[in-house]
Amino acid sequence: MVMENKALRYALIGVSVLFLTLMLILPLIVVVSEALAKGWHTYVAAITDPFAQKAMWLTFEATLTAVIANTVFGLAAAWTLTKFSFRGKNLLSSLIDLPFAISPVIAGLVFVMTFGRISYLHPFLQSQHLAIVFAAPGIILATIFVTFPFVAREIIPMMNAQGRDEEEAATTMGASAWTIFRRITLPNIKWGLLYGVILCTARAMGEFGAVSVVSGHIRGKTNTLPLHIEILYNEYNFTAAFAVASILVILAIVVLVLRNIVEWRTKREKEV
Amino acid sequence: MANYVELKHIYKKFGSFQASNDVDFSVEQGRLVGLLGPSGSGKTTILRMLAGLESPDSGDIFIGGRRVNDLSPGERGIGFVFQNYALFRHMTVFDNIAFGLTLQKRTKAQIADRVHELIELIGLKGFEGRYPGQLSGGQRQRVAFARALAPNPELLLLDEPFAAIDAKVRKELRQWLRETITRLGVTSIFVTHDQEEAVEVADDIIITNRGQIEQMGTPLEIYKAPQTPFVAQFIGESNRIDDYTVFKGFETAGEAAPGILRPEFIEIAADSSEILTPLAAERGVVHAVYFRGSNSQISVEVKGELLTGYRTLEKSQLKEGDEVLVLLHRVYAFREGQTHVVENRIKTAAESVII
Repeated sequence: MVMENKALRYALIGVSVLFLTLMLILPLIVVVSEALAKGWHTYVAAITDPFAQKAMWLTFEATLTAVIANTVFGLAAAWTLTKFSFRGKNLLSSLIDLPFAISPVIAGLVFVMTFGRISYLHPFLQSQHLAIVFAAPGIILATIFVTFPFVAREIIPMMNAQGRDEEEAATTMGASAWTIFRRITLPNIKWGLLYGVILCTARAMGEFGAVSVVSGHIRGKTNTLPLHIEILYNEYNFTAAFAVASILVILAIVVLVLRNIVEWRTKREKEV
Repeated sequence: MANYVELKHIYKKFGSFQASNDVDFSVEQGRLVGLLGPSGSGKTTILRMLAGLESPDSGDIFIGGRRVNDLSPGERGIGFVFQNYALFRHMTVFDNIAFGLTLQKRTKAQIADRVHELIELIGLKGFEGRYPGQLSGGQRQRVAFARALAPNPELLLLDEPFAAIDAKVRKELRQWLRETITRLGVTSIFVTHDQEEAVEVADDIIITNRGQIEQMGTPLEIYKAPQTPFVAQFIGESNRIDDYTVFKGFETAGEAAPGILRPEFIEIAADSSEILTPLAAERGVVHAVYFRGSNSQISVEVKGELLTGYRTLEKSQLKEGDEVLVLLHRVYAFREGQTHVVENRIKTAAESVII
């Protein structure tokens, strides 16, 4: 019986390792080796290229805005959904999941329809000299849309499980809403919140579909890192494409490490 | 003594559910009062309205002579102990107890003094640095109690304070809580669905049913003179009978009426030598016998009704099918929604002759 289990265990581990190697590790090795195929000099040139720098900056801008917006929204939504009861609560809860269900391309199209030339809002936007579609604001909006469930979905189950008791206890002792949030709610959900923020960051950095539709691919203006990689690739500039891609890979690994640290901390906290 | 807490004509609805239906009672200063009722009877709602965690649809709430309807929970001078304690899980025992004091902007030294005093009171010295997750149920309960007491509330509210503790610790904790509250003299109201607990801990019991107050009084009063059919049935163990006037000693010229017989009102005898007044007894047949440790519980059929009574182990053992004498000492009779205690007339008459 023990022998059988051992055999099964090794078989399963073997299958997992093989699968991960083929699907994840091998592609990563390819990315790095391709990026360095023509030597360090070409690699550095590719990532210090002004267009690449501009794309990096835009990705950073969109990610940061999306993470801040979605953290605030996620906290507000989770608080509303778990600490109050009201009509339409289930509807709101399912609306949060909408970006997971919709294809990012459609999300992008929605913004083009809403703010683009055929929109009723277009004359007004133009009179205010506001460019949304085919400009940075559109990219930021699309990124926010695609990533907004991450923080909320991460903390809603936590807050649900914790209930309202601790908050009510603080209320009976005369704590204000802000004090309750700062001293009771936030410390209870901090690791879940951080985990949500990390996932949100990872997704925002790599977003392609929705951003691709609203961007218009104007080099040096509306290209994010993933879009820039696509352009380089389509121009058969493989080395540069892989060099820029390696930046995203490094960022992804950083996020992965952070994620593991947070998971480890959460686990340790639970054991206390 | 003055009424410390007063509820006047309180109504509260949750959707279509009437949680409070004209709730009206008052509690004297320094009393320890138990709100007792089945689940869904509205007792926790009363407690939460007192705390300000719910507001009544209509009616007035007074605490210490002040109308508190429009005051926030923090301004009411109450301490609240939650059913599952609701301790702050990321704070130590010390910080939990200190929480209410830090909100009052007291100095660090004052807070430390008060917290240590309370930790002494609950007997958890040396546990200051522990987290709630590292404490047993009974210890958590005591920390919750200390936390509620820390800001010196004038009214202590406890929601099912012993519900989540195992049976053995519960008994111990009940006595401890009763002694501590009596010593501190703080007016306290607790909610329970366990009548044994209410009887053991409370000075006064308020019985709730379907959002209404059925009766308020000392445990003894409620036990001896239940005012409504619900109370008679809810308190103690009881046999409900459809018509008590069919039994010997209870015949009346009046109409048939239902009643309640407590097991301790019933004497079951193997023969006439075992009872003082055999003439007042009915004949019955033993239906079942259950051994209960300190006595036997006997189910006996009398005039088509199945009655439950007890018999001490000192007397001869009965078995199923035995013919026995059953003396009914008294019943709680229901007439026009009121409960009356009716004594067995033949028995009382016979006793007076003997004397």
